[in-house]
Amino acid sequence: MILEAKGIKKSFGKAEILKGLDLSIDKGDVVAILGRSGSGKTTLLRCLDFLEKADEGKLIFDGVEYDLKTITKKQIRELRLKTGFVFQSYNLFSNMTALENVMEGLVTARRMNKKEALEISLTMLEKVGMTEWKDHYPIQLSGGQQQRVAIARALATKPEVIYFDEPTSALDPELTGEVLSVMKTLAEEGMTMIVVTHEMGFARRVANRVVFMEEGRVLEEGDSETIFTSPKEKRTQEFINRISVIQE
Amino acid sequence: MTIPLTLISFFFSLIIATVTALVQYRKIPVLQKVARFYIWVIRGTPLLVQLFVVFYGLPSLGVLIDPFPAAVLVFSINEGAYSAETIRAAIESVPVGQLEAGECIGLTWLQSMRRIVLPQALRTAFPTLFNSLICMVKDTSLAANITVTEMFMQTQRIVARTYEPLILYLEVGFIYLMFCTVLTKVQAYGEKKLNQKGFRKEAL
Repeated sequence: MILEAKGIKKSFGKAEILKGLDLSIDKGDVVAILGRSGSGKTTLLRCLDFLEKADEGKLIFDGVEYDLKTITKKQIRELRLKTGFVFQSYNLFSNMTALENVMEGLVTARRMNKKEALEISLTMLEKVGMTEWKDHYPIQLSGGQQQRVAIARALATKPEVIYFDEPTSALDPELTGEVLSVMKTLAEEGMTMIVVTHEMGFARRVANRVVFMEEGRVLEEGDSETIFTSPKEKRTQEFINRISVIQE
Repeated sequence: MTIPLTLISFFFSLIIATVTALVQYRKIPVLQKVARFYIWVIRGTPLLVQLFVVFYGLPSLGVLIDPFPAAVLVFSINEGAYSAETIRAAIESVPVGQLEAGECIGLTWLQSMRRIVLPQALRTAFPTLFNSLICMVKDTSLAANITVTEMFMQTQRIVARTYEPLILYLEVGFIYLMFCTVLTKVQAYGEKKLNQKGFRKEAL
């Protein structure tokens, strides 16, 4: 098991978003996290990568246990060196070219020499099909292209896990396809991925596990085929039917 | 004297301003209050009064500073307070997601600031900071009041000898104008350079 979260709680003011959530992820898992807006999917992901500070809970990462309440900055940085995060709004660094975006985590954060970093970065850009755009600034790229660069940036640091926070929600259907196909390739290569998404096709065909969240808890989880064909919970079924109808 | 006084003071003021802005952006508990207090006092009092306090006032506490360093000190601290607000606003205009993305790839907060946020903030703050620099060129004439022999003081001395106030004061005004014209050109060039580095041209 690469990652296990236990009893994660998080409130914003009086609103309790995560109500003691448990999750465990094996190496090579591609987990789709589904649920209605406001069910806490994104908050969960942000807590796992410390973009939000969880109020309570434990995280066991690669055999090391961390208490989310008392975790230090140094430990957070340690963990971040082993994880990647892909945002809904890409968040590429606007003052850097595509290539520089990908190299940054290697050169500045990991003190790798430039030549080696360049080589890795070019490989990653090739993997996401962005080689010919390497010298473009984010503003010169389409949303789909930006997201592919963002994926290359996350990949370059050889993370154990990559978190995806609704990576295609800001894209139109055509661009969604190009990003999803990159993600599919990664899944096939055995990358461990936790993906908050509304793409039912991706959840069903690419993810091997589906976690269905409701009101800050995991309502149901299981392998993706089972969840889609015979969910135990009525709410899960309703949700899947509704979204699938919209997307067909 | 006018040129070194301006450039040295402006350089230090940028450092003070950046640190003050970062302290506020990061919301560091006690330092944040100190920063607010500093900006409040400096912006709320005349530059000339600040010059007099440091040069004529401090000696009674046993602190004697030579005219030139005293002027540099006051101009840096004064300008630092104004620029701190410019830089803070510019930092806040950089999408916070980019800072998060920086931290997610393993950069420390300071590295994210230095590599990602500040370079973009500089682009936004650039015209306003240049404005301040141009103001400062002219404000340095106030240093004549604390016996710094900058351009204006020199002019006063020559006027005292030659009794040609109109010509000489017009002339010194013209020289200030020339300095500022050069700076305006530099600003236009600098903006063009910065624009080439991936920044959005004004949207239609």
